[in-house]
Amino acid sequence: MRDVAIASFAQATFERSSKDEVELLVDVITRARAESRLSKSDIGFTCSASCDYLGGRPFSFVSALDAVGAWPPISESHVEMDGAWALYEAWVRLQHGDVDAALVYAFGRSSQGNLNQVLSTQLDPYFLAPLWPEGDSLAGLQARAMIDAGVCSEDEIGSIATPRYGDGAAAMVLVAGPLLERASNAAVIRGIDHRIEAHSIGARDLTRSSSTQLAAEKAGACRRDVDVAVACAPYAYQEILLRRALSLTDRTRFTFLGGNSVYPYIVAGLSSVGEAFAKIASGKALSAVAHATSGPCLQQNLVCLLEVQP
Amino acid sequence: MNYAVTRMLAPVRLPFVVTPGEALSRFLSALVEGRLIGERCSECSKVVLPPRGACPTCGIATNPRDNVTVSDGGTVVMFCIVNIPFEGQTIKPPYVYASILLDGADVPLLHLVEVPVDKARMGMRVRAEWAPPTERKPSLEAIRWFVPTGEPDASYEAYKEYA
Amino acid sequence: MDGSKSESRNPGGVRPLVADYLLEFTYKRSLGPVIGNFFSGLREQLIYGARTPSGRVIVPPTEYDPDTGEAVVEHVLVGDAGRVETWSWVAAPLACHPLPHPFAWALIRLDGADTSLFHAVDIGARESMKTGMRVKARWRAERIGTIRDLECFVPEWFR
Repeated sequence: MRDVAIASFAQATFERSSKDEVELLVDVITRARAESRLSKSDIGFTCSASCDYLGGRPFSFVSALDAVGAWPPISESHVEMDGAWALYEAWVRLQHGDVDAALVYAFGRSSQGNLNQVLSTQLDPYFLAPLWPEGDSLAGLQARAMIDAGVCSEDEIGSIATPRYGDGAAAMVLVAGPLLERASNAAVIRGIDHRIEAHSIGARDLTRSSSTQLAAEKAGACRRDVDVAVACAPYAYQEILLRRALSLTDRTRFTFLGGNSVYPYIVAGLSSVGEAFAKIASGKALSAVAHATSGPCLQQNLVCLLEVQP
Repeated sequence: MNYAVTRMLAPVRLPFVVTPGEALSRFLSALVEGRLIGERCSECSKVVLPPRGACPTCGIATNPRDNVTVSDGGTVVMFCIVNIPFEGQTIKPPYVYASILLDGADVPLLHLVEVPVDKARMGMRVRAEWAPPTERKPSLEAIRWFVPTGEPDASYEAYKEYA
Repeated sequence: MDGSKSESRNPGGVRPLVADYLLEFTYKRSLGPVIGNFFSGLREQLIYGARTPSGRVIVPPTEYDPDTGEAVVEHVLVGDAGRVETWSWVAAPLACHPLPHPFAWALIRLDGADTSLFHAVDIGARESMKTGMRVKARWRAERIGTIRDLECFVPEWFR
């Protein structure tokens, strides 16, 4: 394993944007590249994150490459999920040792459709999707299970309001090897891991986030005495499960992205890591834990541990 | 005795309200006025059309200030003859579908060419035949098709970079 | 593109265009031996689960044990009634939902099963819905081998 660090991060989130994906992305990618002081040709690997169902346009990630300037041809990959998983892929790619900088970006314009309904398409296609349960309904099952199990009270959970899904884009530059040595204000990824629970919602224990807990353990982030932690999830009640699963100490300043703020689906998890990075880059923290989630009822979770560049 | 169930239908039906973005909105709105606009990259000077708000080669943002009007005449740089009927097809095969490099643009536009299929060729000079102004919508259907102009063919050297 | 539904003007002086767009896919999925058996059973008003090597019964069935990934070993018949493990209320059903009036979604632990089936419960009022209550299947008269052969579940006391 070699050290891989976050050199820069930029994002833009809107309630609703009239810009298309290329227009949103070119802005954040340009800012992230400039902040990293790397040029287009320094980037050895690019990984993007998006979900075609958000705008209903097949292969929208291909046309989004217009924002990158993919000429001469670049080494590029894509995940159909939150940008934090694109970060994971880029981190793995940088472990190969032959490439020293990677660009990670995520974009989503959920304002074009009814995301609460669109999310049915990510469910099991045989037993769940034909019934078209909405995202809020599945969240309601989890919240009810938590109340019945005594994890929290009905008052603590509040009402299951549809998240304010928004549009947005985010970009991050990762560096390793000689480019890391040259970097300043970078945050080294000390550990990163993601775990998924059973696909069938009826086979899961909805009253805890076992995948968050395991990912945190594997990333070396569990019970860690870090300065800050940033977690994200669309529904406010999910903060309770995430706080428990991350097992942070009282000293850690905890930020939860989601609940009442605009939740940029696909971008939120990468934003969470970007927020944690910003705390370190600005000198407000020496160590941080970041969390990202994907799928219904916190089905899969990613945790990474960041530390200030030595 | 029933036979075993081996397959299921899994239809997806989702409504969207899509927006094409700002640059493409400008392009599509100009089509209604009978104009084709592209964006010039401030770094490589190439004119991109349809515009997306970024230069796909350089990866930098373009700007409404960089809008340029492009000619509605150009050169067929590549073409294919569509012989196969498919769902949603509006023209009876065979017909010519071409990659057309408009004069003043650096990215070819894909559109139909109204020409007997045995007369289609690379280098052929063509011009847009616009739908009547009252029938134009903000869509590439504002141009019905391209028709040969009768000018001498462009030399291969002139367009080989785009073929 | 329908230019008539315009929003505010953008910096280039042109209104961003907006258009209605309907995405439709007509997918057909092959089912395989485990899910195929489950759907074949539904047509006969029978619910089959799958037994894992450790003896747990998975309903709805998967080809593998969700905990270990091991292949399941046999089909097992379970009951068409069971216990509500958790639920959420749908006050305003969509046209694509199984019932046209307000209903509950629930995870139902069928008798003989070790995991829960997700389906609708037709119960009339939200106040009547309770975790732990017993429900039983209401079958569709015409069954073709899909999860919607089960129209919904109803309280067991309800006839």
